[in-house]
Amino acid sequence: MSPNDLSSYLTIGAILFALGLFTVLTRRNAISVLMGVELILNSANINYVAFSHFGSGNSAGQIYAIFVIMLAAAEAAVGLAIVLAIFKLFHTIDVEAAETMKD
Amino acid sequence: MSVSTAVFYLIALLTIVSAGMVAFSRNIIYSAFSLLGTFMGVAGLYIFLGADFVAAVQLLIYVGGILVLILFAVMLTHRITDVAITNRAAGRIPALIVIGGLVYMLIQTVKSTPWVKAKDVTYVATTAKIGDAFLYDYLLPFELASLVLLAAMIGAVVISRKEIKE
Repeated sequence: MSPNDLSSYLTIGAILFALGLFTVLTRRNAISVLMGVELILNSANINYVAFSHFGSGNSAGQIYAIFVIMLAAAEAAVGLAIVLAIFKLFHTIDVEAAETMKD
Repeated sequence: MSVSTAVFYLIALLTIVSAGMVAFSRNIIYSAFSLLGTFMGVAGLYIFLGADFVAAVQLLIYVGGILVLILFAVMLTHRITDVAITNRAAGRIPALIVIGGLVYMLIQTVKSTPWVKAKDVTYVATTAKIGDAFLYDYLLPFELASLVLLAAMIGAVVISRKEIKE
């Protein structure tokens, strides 16, 4: 583990991915599930930027990371809008309660 | 141990501990606020990786945009009184076993793979290079991204608007 070592960044990314996946799997609250997705996207971004830095030296990895951040913003906006719509319909955001598409 | 190594450990610790808070906290407000630590820690890692522009974008979009959106959603969907019990989790033990196996496997793979490092790892400002790449090599994805954002914005407005009942 040192700042000049690729594997330390990959390890941090792996731990972050595992925690995000754990959040997505176990939470029953839709907003918490979205938070887990954000953690997973962040871990993927760490890997992109780390490979870009230690690998070929061009900035393709950083550009992909920026695209991932952009898509995460779009995903958060649409996802949270859906969560608000579910809350208006069912008065809860428990993902087990919302099991029909229409009331 | 040099100063930069100590700072690196601190940032890694901040990232992972806050992500653990997101995963394990019983209060959704605490979960939402510990996302701030994760995002800042990841931005710090980007700076260690010489990606200054990506770090700035991370701070602007994740902390300034997505985190605020999540906090708004938390505030809008929870009555303040029952906030402590609304972050329910189920099936933690089997998930912990599976995820533990997964993270062990991932870390073993990272450790056992002989990564090829570039000869000279450089630290230069990346903003100009990224700007050039967006306007030459990645022009089509760049324009498509604006379309995706427009579609997402319209979609969010349409989904969350008040429905007029007749």
